Amino acid sequence: MATFNLNINGESHQLDVDPTTPMLWVLRDHMKLVGTKYGCGIAQCGACTVHVGDNAVRSCQLPVSAVGEQEITTIEGLSEHGDHPVQKAWLETDVYQCGYCQAGQIMTASALLKQNPSPTDAEIENAMQGNICRCGTYTRIKKAVKLAANGES
Amino acid sequence: MTLVKTQIGRRAFIKNTSLAGGGLVLGFSFLNACKPKVAEAVAVEIEMPKEWFEINGYLKIGDNGIVTIMSPNPEIGQNVRTSMPMILADELEIDWKDVLVEQAPLNTNLYSWQVAGGSRSIMNSWQNLRMAGATARQMLKEAAANAWQVPVGEIKAVAGVLSHEASGNSAGYGEMASAASQIEVPEEVELKDRSEFSIIGTSRKNVDGKKIVTGQPLFGIDVQREGMLIASLAHPPAFGMKLKSFDAEEAKQMPGIRDVFSVKLFDDDFKKMAFHHTAFNELVAVVGETTWQVMQAKKAVKVEWEASPDTVVGMSLFGNEMKVNHPSGMENSDTHNAKLKELSARKGKVARRDGNPEAAFANAAKVIERSYSCPFLAHNTMEPMNFFANVTEDHAELLGPTQTPEWMEPAVSERLGLPLEKVDIQMTRQGGGFGRRLYGHFMVEAAVISQQMKAPVKLVYSREDDMSQGMYRPAYYATYRAALDEDNNLVAFHVKAGGVPESPLFANRFPAGAIDHYLAEGYTIDSNITTGAFRAPRSNFIAGAEQSFLDEVAEEMGKDPIDFRLELLKRAEENPVGDPETNDYEAARYAGVLELVREKTNWGQNDAGVHRGVSAYFCHNSYVAQVLDMVMENGKPTVQKVTSAIDCGIVVNPDAATNMAEGGIVDGIGHAMYSALTFKDGAPEQHNFDRYRLIRHKEAPKEIETHFVDNGIDPTGMGEPPFPPIMGALANALYRATGRRHYHQPFISDKPPLVG
Repeated sequence: MATFNLNINGESHQLDVDPTTPMLWVLRDHMKLVGTKYGCGIAQCGACTVHVGDNAVRSCQLPVSAVGEQEITTIEGLSEHGDHPVQKAWLETDVYQCGYCQAGQIMTASALLKQNPSPTDAEIENAMQGNICRCGTYTRIKKAVKLAANGES
Repeated sequence: MTLVKTQIGRRAFIKNTSLAGGGLVLGFSFLNACKPKVAEAVAVEIEMPKEWFEINGYLKIGDNGIVTIMSPNPEIGQNVRTSMPMILADELEIDWKDVLVEQAPLNTNLYSWQVAGGSRSIMNSWQNLRMAGATARQMLKEAAANAWQVPVGEIKAVAGVLSHEASGNSAGYGEMASAASQIEVPEEVELKDRSEFSIIGTSRKNVDGKKIVTGQPLFGIDVQREGMLIASLAHPPAFGMKLKSFDAEEAKQMPGIRDVFSVKLFDDDFKKMAFHHTAFNELVAVVGETTWQVMQAKKAVKVEWEASPDTVVGMSLFGNEMKVNHPSGMENSDTHNAKLKELSARKGKVARRDGNPEAAFANAAKVIERSYSCPFLAHNTMEPMNFFANVTEDHAELLGPTQTPEWMEPAVSERLGLPLEKVDIQMTRQGGGFGRRLYGHFMVEAAVISQQMKAPVKLVYSREDDMSQGMYRPAYYATYRAALDEDNNLVAFHVKAGGVPESPLFANRFPAGAIDHYLAEGYTIDSNITTGAFRAPRSNFIAGAEQSFLDEVAEEMGKDPIDFRLELLKRAEENPVGDPETNDYEAARYAGVLELVREKTNWGQNDAGVHRGVSAYFCHNSYVAQVLDMVMENGKPTVQKVTSAIDCGIVVNPDAATNMAEGGIVDGIGHAMYSALTFKDGAPEQHNFDRYRLIRHKEAPKEIETHFVDNGIDPTGMGEPPFPPIMGALANALYRATGRRHYHQPFISDKPPLVG
């Protein structure tokens, strides 16, 4: 066990935890922030995507000991009232079916748009390729990303 | 207007408790009036009532007119939590913005068919939901008639307001809710005419949308409770093995670990339903404080497994007793495939025979024969299997994702030694179902672990546990033959279909009934690998095989593939072969979707460079025709567009149904093209998404267009029907794009490689 000071969703948190624990489980089990989802544990499905700084990162492969001072943003902290342009575009497009993968999809999409506010279709596909949606909502996800991009510009 | 007796599910209409509540919660509505590019999701406060009045088991009305509707069925992503309350709200005559939705717990006294399966949620509950709404509307009208001393027939109910024109009286539902709750439940009620629907048939957004996009706890795996422990289970690494012994000394010493013990699920003499089945009846449970600790400790448990003997499992399925053979041994996909091929050359078990197919084939001018196959598939719901259980000496609380709470309850009750009324099952939103959560062994496992630990426990499967635990889509094989006469007419048709461990045959589906000489045979191979329903069971293979074969037959006959199918359907409609009652499809509805998709795609007029495949199928009481447009991009076949025509009767929530159709198409293309679960020495060769390939963003169609037949028929299935036919449309388009027919799924592993 070791003590870590973590900066999550704009707040500082101190906790004692095994240094090998992936951020996914720190968030879910220790912080009770369950919006970040477990899907595969090997960074293949994207359900656990969070922002580290401005980058989309798979939290299941990010040991708590590697986080340091970096700012972590989860789906719960993406916006104060659920009104981030990507969240609004998701609502408008009614993207989801089961909804389980969508937090990860939204975190990947919002990181993309921060770095590239007007992505092409191919750029959207490339950025989103690591996020699996088992229900098959890919066409709606792409539509929502484009809607969010247009809404932002 | 239709008068219906309220007997069906009448218990649900008789109030059994008095409810009260209060406070203030946040709800959300969409202010769309100015049609901005991105609609504002604006938080509006819904004033909660000071008091609720339960009108029946499906709804309660607050004194301020807010209505809470209980959504009875499991939500697995098919969107019944929105569409089922919509049906009720329409008959109730309430404004949708005044509706709150709650998930009903399992209650077999109040509700029927609390199951997510067979695409039946809407179909089975259509009448009950309408009656629940109409009954409440009638009771409110009677309350108003009593209050105003006017005839009930003169009371109007519109959007939550009761009015009487002659006297000028009017009142909101909230004002009459208390009195209405005291009115005797009417013996019969009037249902609205379809032309009067104001919510059914209009697109309404998912009621959980806001919670989904903000990451609120919704799913079983999100459950958190004070003092809750986490459990993980070790199961044999291969089918055909069972637990011999284990040594957990080291694991028990690891941080946070509370206990490690073996769990036996069912006694050998337990009378199982098919939905209670599991490959591994004895497992090793690791219980601790956090998921990561438990996952680490599981690796440190030294388990010895041994070969399991031949077993025969007796079980019942909807009252039919059956026996499932699980032979001993470690099985291999190569051996399965060789056996399937071998059996396809032998006589099968005849399921239907029309005319004299043997003679027709013997006398044919030309015989076309093709064989098709598909591998096992894992359901791979994105949310792995999990369940929360809190079992005390005299009560069991179970909370989590299950498609069959109603059928699992007796198993839990029996296993825990608690009477049924002491077992409470509640459903969370579910991160996918696809049939996997019909088989609720994980609920029983959680319950047994909680009972042993005397503590609340959440059982969580790792992805690897989930993918290697069984209940797979079976591996199938089908051989089709068509006999043509000298004039190139189709005179005989033969399908022989088998599988491990079940045959995918539907002997009485199209084209049965359309061809004079017809033979359908099936065969099976026993296995110890457990299988179960996977979205559109059996159809999910046989549709693609059949529709690919028909495409090839049409080509051989020099006919347009849609014209060819319509000719067969015309025959089945006008002069069916055999007893028309045995053909389990309606030829006119089948033809209807083909005609609609032909019109919507301007069939026959596609641009050069666009390669089209068509397919149509009937299952789960609905009809779907699809056209898939493929283009070659950098030498790689790419799905540009898919157009569907669907006849599922009345569409309750069109945009949500469109979403389901889109999902089914992506799902079907993905599995036919990329996915496979293979076995070596009894062990799955894929355990996670590094080796198990699922369709991803780039491989999805660029565009999907969905059309519904508007025929006013009561709703039929929608979750499953768009899935099976697309595999045929994909194969047919691939042929036109690449010049190669594809017979064996997944098509991507076809030799020589399709791409690159």
